[in-house]
Amino acid sequence: MKLKKYGYLSLLLFSILLINFRAFAADIPPRPNPPRLVNDFAGILNNSEIKSLEYQLRYFHDTTSNQIVIVTVKSLNGMAAADFATKLGYQWQVGQKKFDNGIVVLIKPKYGNSRGQAFIAVGYGLEGAIPDAIAKKIVENEMIPHFRKGDYFGGIQAATVVLMKLASGEISAKGYNKTHQGTSPFAALLPFVIFILIYLLIRASNARSYSVGKGTSFWTAFMLGSMLGGSGSSHSGSWNDFSGGSSGFGGGFGGFGGGSFGGGGAGGSW
Amino acid sequence: MKKSWIIIAVIVILIVIAYSWFKGTYNDMVTRQEAVKAQWSQVENVYQRRADLIPNLVNTVKGYATHEKETLEGVIEARSKATAVNIDAGKLSPQALQNFQQAQDGLSSALSRLMVVVERYPDLKANQNFMELQAQLEGTENRIATERRRFNQMTQAYNTYIKTFPKNILANMSGFGEMPYFKAVKGAEKAPVVKF
Repeated sequence: MKLKKYGYLSLLLFSILLINFRAFAADIPPRPNPPRLVNDFAGILNNSEIKSLEYQLRYFHDTTSNQIVIVTVKSLNGMAAADFATKLGYQWQVGQKKFDNGIVVLIKPKYGNSRGQAFIAVGYGLEGAIPDAIAKKIVENEMIPHFRKGDYFGGIQAATVVLMKLASGEISAKGYNKTHQGTSPFAALLPFVIFILIYLLIRASNARSYSVGKGTSFWTAFMLGSMLGGSGSSHSGSWNDFSGGSSGFGGGFGGFGGGSFGGGGAGGSW
Repeated sequence: MKKSWIIIAVIVILIVIAYSWFKGTYNDMVTRQEAVKAQWSQVENVYQRRADLIPNLVNTVKGYATHEKETLEGVIEARSKATAVNIDAGKLSPQALQNFQQAQDGLSSALSRLMVVVERYPDLKANQNFMELQAQLEGTENRIATERRRFNQMTQAYNTYIKTFPKNILANMSGFGEMPYFKAVKGAEKAPVVKF
């Protein structure tokens, strides 16, 4: 009888402890060990998507030392997205200590009634390269349109490509603004113009060497034209070609470096 | 003869121990106090950043919201009040910090009034320049919240350090006083939600 009582008591104590512990642990997810750049706690990406992103980000880290971390969570635990992302970046110490060049891309997917949230937290050192206004644009233009359709990978991919370009200085914030003003009518017509030019050229050469059927050259011209024209399009370039290889990453990612965050960045919801 | 030597040796050792304790503790206090001061300038920085955004914001809004002169003047006035209150990091006292916070809170509420007014002007809300300013303002509010929280954390670490025994004796002797905290007044701990 007495034993049973103690059993209940200890069970109660244990469960209280467990609840306390969980409440404590639920604040910000702990730093991943081994360190990873893509942390899909919400489970919205499949394996090959995670691998592809991890590969790109690791390569980017190895070449530029900028660290971009992607974190998806099921819940923000009552925090504002900005707060959550900044705290996470600070606690995980994303970025190099010397440069504070870390970025945290936080995504809380939309579940039923709760709105989806996305936030890009920018480390101190990158606030110049990626001002808040640009971070907001990236969330609104690259991420949310994909997320609305349920395409989480597409949105993350598009945002990472832009973030990498901005962080490495390949394009400037002003440059990004321009590409997003919409493509000029001439740029849209370019493939067509090239196509006509090539078509005319081929026709002219065909006229001299009267042989091959005209139908084929038409398609050759069309393909050449669209290929050449396509290369002029802006930042939507995809890196998916890398996702084929499934081998492990050679040296492995060395870990987070001690970068600091001061609340820079911006987000949005859908 | 031998006995007195031992006594002298013990005294010397005690002096050395006491010296190293004093030295270590004193230097720790200096380091921690400097960290708090550095964090204070960080706090002032982000508030300054907000103040710097305001002239641009006011000018942009002015172009669209012509009937909101009063609200705009309120913002400008609150800004000049807020920028007038500056505290030297060495003279951080509860009273000074309270004055500082009051002035900044005045600006926060003037800004949130402006943002409510802006709701009535769809053209303004669609303006490219305004949208950018809006994002910057949001980011600045996040930065303010972050730096303030960090200031409080550092202050807490410093205060605990100088108030615990026996360090408090040394702190009193060498004039290390308590540092003030930012207080959460009327839900100000959370960054004011700038809703558009």
